[in-house]
Amino acid sequence: MITANLSLTDAITRIDGPLLFAHRRVDVGLNEAVEVIGSDGHARLGRIAALDDELMTVEILESTSGLSLTGTRIRFFAEPISFSLGPGILGRIFDGVGRVIDGGPPIATHARMPVDGAVLNPMRRKKPEDFIETGISTIDVLNSLVRGQKLPIFSGGGLPHNRLAIEIALHARLRQSKEHQESASPFAIVFAGIGVPFETAEFFRRSLEESGALGRTALFLNLASDSSTQRLLAPRFALTAAEYLAFVEGRHVLVIITDFTNYCEALREVSASHGEIPGRKGYPGYMYSDLATLYERAGSLQGKPGTLTQLPILTMPSDDISHPIPDLTGYITEGQITLNRSLDRDGIYPPVGVLPSLSRLMKDGIGRGFTHPDHPALANQLYASYARAIQVRLLANVVGSDGLTPDDRLMLTFGQQFERRFIHQNKARTLDESMAEGWSLLRQLPINELSRLNDEQIATYIQPGAE
Amino acid sequence: MSTATIHWISGPVLRAIASDSFHIHEAVQVGNKGLLGEVVRLKALADGRQEITVQLFEDTTGLRPGDLLQGQGAALSVRLGPGLLGQIFDGLLRPLSGGEERNFLAPGIYPFPDQHFPFYPLVAKGAVLKGGEPFAAVRLAAAESTGNDNLTQLCLVPPHLQGTVIAIAEAGRYSDRESVCTLEESNGQTHTLAMSHNWPVRTPRPVAERLTIGPPLLTGQRILDCLFPVARGGKATVPGGFGTGKTVLLETIAKWCNADVIIYLGCGERGNEMAGVLDEFPHLEDPRTGRPLMERMVVIANTSNMPVAAREASIYTGVTVAEYFRDQGLHVALMADSTSRWAEALREVSGRLGELPGEGGYPAYLSTRLADFYERAARVQTLSGKGGSVTLIGAVSPPSSDFSEPVTTHTKRYVRNFWALDRKRAHARFYPAIDPLTSYSEDATLLASWWHARGNPNWAEQRRRFLTILEEQSRLERMAMILGKDALPPQQQLVLLAATLINEGFLRQSAFAAKDRFASPQKQNRMMTILDRFVDLAQQAIADGMSIEQIRNLPLLRRIQRMGEEIGEEELELFTQLEEAMEKALHQAQPRLP
Ligand SMILES: Nc1ncnc2c1ncn2[C@@H]1O[C@H](COP(=O)(O)OP(=O)(O)OP(=O)(O)O)[C@@H](O)[C@H]1O
Ligand SMILES: [Mg+2]
Repeated sequence: MITANLSLTDAITRIDGPLLFAHRRVDVGLNEAVEVIGSDGHARLGRIAALDDELMTVEILESTSGLSLTGTRIRFFAEPISFSLGPGILGRIFDGVGRVIDGGPPIATHARMPVDGAVLNPMRRKKPEDFIETGISTIDVLNSLVRGQKLPIFSGGGLPHNRLAIEIALHARLRQSKEHQESASPFAIVFAGIGVPFETAEFFRRSLEESGALGRTALFLNLASDSSTQRLLAPRFALTAAEYLAFVEGRHVLVIITDFTNYCEALREVSASHGEIPGRKGYPGYMYSDLATLYERAGSLQGKPGTLTQLPILTMPSDDISHPIPDLTGYITEGQITLNRSLDRDGIYPPVGVLPSLSRLMKDGIGRGFTHPDHPALANQLYASYARAIQVRLLANVVGSDGLTPDDRLMLTFGQQFERRFIHQNKARTLDESMAEGWSLLRQLPINELSRLNDEQIATYIQPGAE
Repeated sequence: MSTATIHWISGPVLRAIASDSFHIHEAVQVGNKGLLGEVVRLKALADGRQEITVQLFEDTTGLRPGDLLQGQGAALSVRLGPGLLGQIFDGLLRPLSGGEERNFLAPGIYPFPDQHFPFYPLVAKGAVLKGGEPFAAVRLAAAESTGNDNLTQLCLVPPHLQGTVIAIAEAGRYSDRESVCTLEESNGQTHTLAMSHNWPVRTPRPVAERLTIGPPLLTGQRILDCLFPVARGGKATVPGGFGTGKTVLLETIAKWCNADVIIYLGCGERGNEMAGVLDEFPHLEDPRTGRPLMERMVVIANTSNMPVAAREASIYTGVTVAEYFRDQGLHVALMADSTSRWAEALREVSGRLGELPGEGGYPAYLSTRLADFYERAARVQTLSGKGGSVTLIGAVSPPSSDFSEPVTTHTKRYVRNFWALDRKRAHARFYPAIDPLTSYSEDATLLASWWHARGNPNWAEQRRRFLTILEEQSRLERMAMILGKDALPPQQQLVLLAATLINEGFLRQSAFAAKDRFASPQKQNRMMTILDRFVDLAQQAIADGMSIEQIRNLPLLRRIQRMGEEIGEEELELFTQLEEAMEKALHQAQPRLP
C-alpha cells in the first residue's frame, strides 16, 4: 500500500448521504482529514469515519451535491482536521472552515492546531476568579462574569441578544483593585456566526468596526446560506483560533458564538442523515457530549497568561427553557443570562429575566478582595426580595391588591421599581453605580424583609444615621 | 499475552482477529500508543480464529486496520494502594498530575510515577493470613510529620489469596509495586504481595458480612441531618435541573460529612469545577482532625469533554476505590456527580454496539446497572473482622427537570433517600434548594434513636412537626390564592409564619457562609428546639389574644431567621439568650385576657 499524503482517484464505490465509500488503497488512519474534490474542482472537507480491510468510509463535512463516482479525487492529509494559525488572524474574516474570505492575503502560519482541540487537564486549569465589569447591572451585581467562564445568553427570536453581546464585548474590562491589577496581556475577540443571516453578521462587523475593535477581532462567518454540515465545523475553527490567541499568544480572548440553536439543528440534521437513533425531539443522544467538547474549551491554565471566555448565544425554540438545546447547554455552561420577552415588551432594556439567570463562578470573583465585601449579601437580598415580589405579583393577579397584607403591597412596588430602575438602564453603569441603585431599592422594604443582610449592612446602607 | 489484529474500526469501537483466546471484559492495549480498551463481544470464525469487538476508552484518531492489540489477561482493573489519598485521577484511575507538559491530555499510556512509601510490617514470618487481612501499614507523609494515625493505611492481602508468610520485608521505604511479602498456600503455591494490588472494577470486593446501616452520616446540613438523614452505608440521590445546586451540595457534604475517606467522582461534568475542588479543599480544615480536607479525599475526574466510554467505567472505578478503603475498616462516602452522565455514556456505548434501545433510548439493562451500583453501598464487617461502610450519594440531572424520566425513576427504586432539588427555590437563591415536600428519607426512623441519645429526646416529634407545618403551608398558600392572605384565621396565618421561619431560619444554609456552612449536631438541636418552642409560644400567645400582626413585627423574628449564620459553633450559649428573649417577647403582650 502507498503511504498517505497522496491522492486517490477512481477508488470510490458508493456515495450515500454524507458518507463516501472508497477502496482503501492508501494507508490512512481513523479521523484523519481528507479533501474530496469533485469534477467541479470544488474541494470539500471530510474525515475518515471508518476503516476495514478493503474499504474506507469518508464522512464529507460539506455539501456532497455535484459529486460523482468517477472523476472525484480524494486528497489525504495524514493528520486530523487542522487550522493554520498565526498572529495575522486578527482583523481578518474567515468562512466556517477557516478559509480567508475578506480578499486579503493568506495567513502566515505560525502553528497548526487540530480543530477538535485537546482536553484541558482539569488539574492544570486555573480557577477563574477575575471579575469582569460589563456595565450591565443585572450581570455585574447579580450574575457576575469572570475570565475563563462560559456564560451563554438564552434568548428568543426578536430579543436584543446581539446588541447585548456586543455591548458586553466592547465594554468588558477588569476592575482595578489592589490585588488584581489589570494585567498586561492584550485583549482579543473571536466572533463566530453560525447559520446567521447576512444582516446579523453585518451588524456585528459594523459595530466592531465603529468601535475600533475590528483590528482585535477574528471573524468567522457561516451564513444561513452556507451548508449546514459546515456549521458543525465553524465553532471548532473559531475556538481553535481562540485557543491559539489565548494559550499561544497569551491574550484574554472573549469568544462570542451565535446562534448555537443553528448549530444544534445542523447536528440533528447530520445525525439523521447518518441514520442514527434520534433522542429527545430528534436530537442525537450524544448532543450533551458534543456541546461539552465545545463549551469546555473555555478556561485558563496555571502559569499561563491567557484566558478564554465564552459568551455563546442561543435562541430558545418557543421561548422554552426546557427545550433540549438550552437545557443541555445549561447543564454544561457555568450559568446563563436569560432574556425575557415580557420585560422586552415593557420596554425594559436589557430585558434580563433575573430569576432564571445564574452565574456559577460569581462567588469566586466577588466579595472582599475582589469587588466589594457587601456585594454577595446585596445580590442575595435582591434575589430573595425580587423572587418574593414575583410571588406576591402572582397572588395579586388573582385576589387583587386589596387581599394583600401591607408588607406584601410594599413588595409589589419593590418588584416594579426593581425592573424599571435596576434591570433597565440607558447607559453602562460602573459596578459602584449598580450597587448603589440596588441598595436604594432595598431601602423601600421593612427590615424584617431583609433577612439576608446583617445588622452592619442594615446600619450602613438601609438606615444610615438611625440607631 | 494474547494479541489480535485490527480489521475494522469506527469511532471508539473496533473489531480484530485473534488467533489466541480473549475473554469478555478483558482489558486490552491498542496500537503503539497503548490505548486502553475492553473486550465487549466474541465471535468464533469458521477458520478457528476469533473476532473480538473492543470498546476503547480513549480517542482513536490515527488507528488503522493492521494495527495490533494486546490482551491484558484480566478484566479492566485499577491499582489500589497507598498512593491514592489526596490525589486526582482520570476515570481509569490514572494520575492526572504532572507539570506544564500535561496541560492538555493526550491519549495513550503514560508512565505512572514510581512512588515510594514508608512500610511497616505488621506480621512476622510464619503468620497465617486470610484474604483481606493486613500484613503491613503505610504511614503517609502527613502521618509521619504529625503522628496522626488516622492517616495510616493498611496493606491488605488481596481478597482471593491466603497462606503462610514465608518472607516479609523489613520496615523501610519501598515502591508500592515492589514485592514486600510472600505467602505460601497449603498446596505449596506461593504469591508475592506488594503494597498495592490490582482489582477488577466491575467486581464488588467481598466482605465477611453485610450489616444493617447506621448511625447517621452527619453532613452538617440541617435539612439533611434533621429532615432527611442518610445512614452510614446508605444510599441517596440528588435529582435536580441545571443550576439547582447538586454539585454544591455534594461538595459541601464532601467537605463536612463525618466519613473517614471521601471519593469525589466528577462524572461527565465541568473541568472548572474540578479545578475549584483542587483549589479549595487543600486549604480547608477537617473540623474533626484539623488536617487539610484534601488528605482524606480521592478525586476522580472524567469531565464532560473526556472520552465517553471512560465515563461509563469511572463510576465503577470510584466505587472500587471506596470499597478498598472500606476494607481497611474505614467509613467511606462516595459522591457521584452526575449519574445521569454515566447513564448517557451507557446509552451511547450501547447504541454504538447496535443494541436495541429501550425507554428514553437507554439500554434495557439500565435499571440492573443502577441497582448493581447502588447495591455496592453497605455497612459491613470486613474480611479481617473490622467495621467499615460505603455510603453512596449520586446526583441525577433529569432532562428538562422532568423527574419522570428513566434515570430518576429507576434510581428512585434503589435508593432510600431522595433529596429533590426545586427550581423555584434555586431561583430565589434559597439554598440548599431541597424541596421538603417531595424529598424523603427512609433512614430517618432508624436514626431517631441516635439523636434521642445525643441531646434531643424530641428529635422525631420535632421533625414530624416541621414537615407537617411545611405541608400545611403549601395547602394554606393555595387557599390564600383564592381568599387573600388576610382572610385566613390567625392560627393559620401563624402556620404560614412558622413555615417562613423554618425555611428561613433553619432550612436555609449557605454553603459559603463562614459560620453556617457546617452545623454540628449540638447546633442543629438548639435551632430545632428554638423553632419548636416558638410555635408553642406563639400559639399560646394567639390564644391569649395577641394579634398575628404583633408577632410578625417582633424584631426578634429577624434574630431567629438569621440565627444560623449569626451564631457560631463556639458560642452556642447565645441560643440560650435567644430562647430567653423569645419567651419574654411572646409572654409580654399577655395576659390580655378579657
Ligand atoms: N448550598 C448552597 N449554598 C450557596 N449557594 C449555592 C448552594 N447550592 C447552590 N448554590 C448556588 O447555585 C449555583 C449552582 O449550583 P450547582 O453548580 O451546584 O448546580 P448543579 O445542580 O450542579 O447544576 P448542573 O446540573 O448544571 O451541574 C452555584 O454556583 C451556587 O452559586
Ligand atoms: Mg453540577
